[in-house]
Amino acid sequence: MEPRRTSRAVIDPKVRQVGFFTATPPPPPDPIRSSSTSPPPPLINISPSGNSLSPVMIPPPRHPSDSLVLRRPPSSLDSDFYPPPSPTTTASAGDMSDDIIVSPPGKAGGRASLKNPQSAAASVPSGGFVTAGLVKVASSVPATGLTTVSVVNLPPGISAGGAVSVEVQNERPVSSKPLKEKTSKAERRALQEAQRAAKAAAKVEGSKTSIVASSNAKPTKPAKPPSQKNDNVTIVAASEKKGGDRPLEKDRKKDVPHPRMQYDDKSRVEKAKRRSVVKQTEARNRVELFRHLPQYEHGTQLPDLQSKFFELDTVHPAVYKVGLQYLNGDLCGGNARCIAMLQAFQEAIKDYSTPPEKTLTRDLTAKISSYVSFFIECRPLSISMGNAIRFLKNRIAKLPITLTESEAKATIQSDIDLFINEKIIIADKVIVKHAVTKIRDGDVLLTYGSSSAVEMILLHAHELGKQFRVVVVDSRPKLEGKLLLRRLVEKGVNCTYTHINAISYILHEVTRVFLGASSVLSNGTVYSRVGTACVAMVAHAFRVPVLVCCEAYKFHERVQLDSICSNELGDPNVISKVSGREDINYLDGWANSQNLQLPNLIYDATPSDYVSMIITDYGMVPPTSVPVIVREYRREHWM
Amino acid sequence: MIYDPNRKSLPQTKIEGSQATARQTAELLRSVISQQRVPYTNQAGALIDAMKVVGEQLIAANPVELAVGNIVRRVLHIIREEDLSLTTAAISGMNLSAVSDDDDDGDRDDHPVLSAAAVAAAARSTLRPPSLHTLLEDMPGSAAVPHTSSSGGDSEGKTADKSTITRKLKHDVIEAVNELIQDIITCHEQIAEQAVEHIHQKELSSLHGLHASICSEVLEVILTLGSSRTVLEFLCAAKEKKRSFRVFVAEGAPRYQGHLLAKELVARGLQTTLITDSAVFAMISRVNMVIVGAHVVMANGGVIAPVGLNMVALAAQKHAVPFVVLAGSHKLCPLYPHNPEVLLNELRSPSELLDFGEFSDCMDFGSGTGSPLLHVVNPTFDYVPPKLVSLFITDTGGHNPSYMYRLIADYYSADDLVIQRKPTTGN
Repeated sequence: MEPRRTSRAVIDPKVRQVGFFTATPPPPPDPIRSSSTSPPPPLINISPSGNSLSPVMIPPPRHPSDSLVLRRPPSSLDSDFYPPPSPTTTASAGDMSDDIIVSPPGKAGGRASLKNPQSAAASVPSGGFVTAGLVKVASSVPATGLTTVSVVNLPPGISAGGAVSVEVQNERPVSSKPLKEKTSKAERRALQEAQRAAKAAAKVEGSKTSIVASSNAKPTKPAKPPSQKNDNVTIVAASEKKGGDRPLEKDRKKDVPHPRMQYDDKSRVEKAKRRSVVKQTEARNRVELFRHLPQYEHGTQLPDLQSKFFELDTVHPAVYKVGLQYLNGDLCGGNARCIAMLQAFQEAIKDYSTPPEKTLTRDLTAKISSYVSFFIECRPLSISMGNAIRFLKNRIAKLPITLTESEAKATIQSDIDLFINEKIIIADKVIVKHAVTKIRDGDVLLTYGSSSAVEMILLHAHELGKQFRVVVVDSRPKLEGKLLLRRLVEKGVNCTYTHINAISYILHEVTRVFLGASSVLSNGTVYSRVGTACVAMVAHAFRVPVLVCCEAYKFHERVQLDSICSNELGDPNVISKVSGREDINYLDGWANSQNLQLPNLIYDATPSDYVSMIITDYGMVPPTSVPVIVREYRREHWM
Repeated sequence: MIYDPNRKSLPQTKIEGSQATARQTAELLRSVISQQRVPYTNQAGALIDAMKVVGEQLIAANPVELAVGNIVRRVLHIIREEDLSLTTAAISGMNLSAVSDDDDDGDRDDHPVLSAAAVAAAARSTLRPPSLHTLLEDMPGSAAVPHTSSSGGDSEGKTADKSTITRKLKHDVIEAVNELIQDIITCHEQIAEQAVEHIHQKELSSLHGLHASICSEVLEVILTLGSSRTVLEFLCAAKEKKRSFRVFVAEGAPRYQGHLLAKELVARGLQTTLITDSAVFAMISRVNMVIVGAHVVMANGGVIAPVGLNMVALAAQKHAVPFVVLAGSHKLCPLYPHNPEVLLNELRSPSELLDFGEFSDCMDFGSGTGSPLLHVVNPTFDYVPPKLVSLFITDTGGHNPSYMYRLIADYYSADDLVIQRKPTTGN
């Protein structure tokens, strides 16, 4: 126990940061998780929760109340503004029986718990019972829970739930009633202090470390000043604990580079580099404007990685294969990448067996996290992949603890299948069904690049015998439109092909624009293949409706205003060399010049004003309704 | 006729760029004038008619290259103006004419002065046709053809001076056309001279000692698309004046002239970033100014420009970035566009987009139905409406799009706008 705690202490500050950003797909490593992962001797199920919470309990009296007060802001924050953390909470709850009770209130801070703290308290005992043999404790729990509630009620009721949970946990280890009773007095004091503290330092970060320290000190009864901090810890712990999906070992957690890591932060980049499997060499001519994005030499890593194929036992071969495909660009397109990734995970899970002394949920999530970090090294994740990963981790975390390993694996695999089927394949079918109603005889439809959804729509409309013409607009460097054009022409669709520059010329005859999207952000911005914004803008200027086809699993609560802050850079060499045009060789030999920069943007952000309608599996909605779908969708699948 | 081979060379050898076209046209017309045998009466009319015949053929050879028509009109305008100045000079000083006959050499020196005055007068007179004043005052009179009538009366009046005047007129016209050619050649420099006024210098000199990244982040950013010699010279002029800035070059898809421009800029030590055309919208939010060249500037202030510029202009408007068009005065066209995207465009070979035969394997069954399944569109030009243009920089200075019609009145006489059609109907 001790060593683990210390480890957490080290980790905690980092965790906090991570927690803040969790919104992005691959959840950051959870320290607590790691600590809890190595199961304490007696009760495996219970122990994790016990461990994670134990630091909190150490100073028994004040904590509950303190935590309540302090907790309120962060918890609400978490649940309301930073959705990811809250789901994680639930996740962790799922796997540990006693936690179940605890976690809902914590998360509920924002939502549910407000309504009936009592019920939460009531539920507590049951949780307590589950915990083996600690019935006594359990009985004590309700009482304390109630008292806390009353205390808490003075401050907004929200915290009550959280308080209860904290208490419950506290009791288990301490299991001494007298202490608790004392608590109430201490609580008030602590409460005041906590409030002060909360005001002073809203951000817990600094205190966390000290908190940890205090938690470590738990055997020796903690001093008062630290107590506040301890509360903070609890908060953190509570919020973090949820992340049942975090990597186990310390290093593991670290090795998931933050998805939205800013690459102009040198120290972090260095750290990430040391851990990375894929050795990326930095591009010599980095584009000034995009210093915050990774810019690597392309084409150098592949041989190196291939040679390492047999050495990398940490990465499952299926995952490895998909990663290499990402790396050399064989796999592109949001859906294809996502499906490939999920299937690789399926493979990996099939071959997975829980190591002794570990629980499946935690070890597996750690495994998945390490795979994800490998993928990120190969190519930054798309938002849709992030969403899928989040879904998967949630499913793993929510696995009923009673399942055997093989059952659990089967469940997860079927969950993945379900996701692929329901969220991608069937969603596309629904989108096609909706979109086809917007195609009439005589229409001239314009599409840009190559979107799988749009292609399906066009082909389906053609199969229905609608008479229409398609304008395929293409652009360098990928010239994906050619592939789409070929597939359409082979099916007998009447096509016109042109470059993006001619968009103003061709739009005179166009009646509808169909675009695909990599993601739709909650301010209505469509994040998609670079050039989409241009097409949408010109179409808007020509008063041609722009219909964006995007599966709802690609929606994300992030917001973005321009295409520079968050983007992905491809191989700069394809900019200077025009494939298939040997006569364009002006830049041969200049590409390494100090004065020449070649940013190869992959995505751009289309402002929502240019989008007339977004066609998703939930129907056809205006861009202003995206946040609604994001919220509903999350409630359905990630809560 | 001597201009025949030259004229054919215009469309056939595919002279690239409106500047080269304009220069060649002007030189061709100059040679036509010098070859032209001028009658004793109404020489100006004869010259004009000859010009119109040649001009019509030239224009017909490549109707999309409006620079040809512009130069033909410019030359017509020059003939009219020189004729006018000669007659006014003759009328004002009947005595002088005798003197000037004798010493041709001295006369030559005088000509610039004379023609300069004539140009001023011309400017005034050309102003007249569109102005309300002339409409009201001169309506009853033969305002439409003041020049020819005057020259006709002139030649009737003094038969003795005929030969001199003839020689003088031709001489003056050739002189003026030479000036025009010179203008065309030097328009880059004249435009480039104004670069300093338009490219802002950020407070960089003091920071020079600091880390390079700090400096570069403050740099003014200029975006351009494709390649234009005017733009290149403009940027280089600014660079020479110690302005430091960064240039984003969009490659200009089917022709990829942007690569050429990028190379030139890099060679001259400018910080250059080459982007694909599709990234224009993404990057424009960090751009301070868009500077592009034009193919032709229409009378309404609209621009016929290399394909893709309308997209850039829209993006610039969205982000409130100034959209500046550089155009030599030979690119000013006195015509108003109608459906210019189609009528003033040129569709180039599809092979620039798709290789020949690339899709032949999947096109087989399409041939039976008659109409092919696949079309490839590769236009050369874009039309940028005047509302998207912030500023024109010509060799005479900066102008608003709404001022273009007026600028055009300085260079062309109203009679010539439609003129090319008269011979057509006559023929």
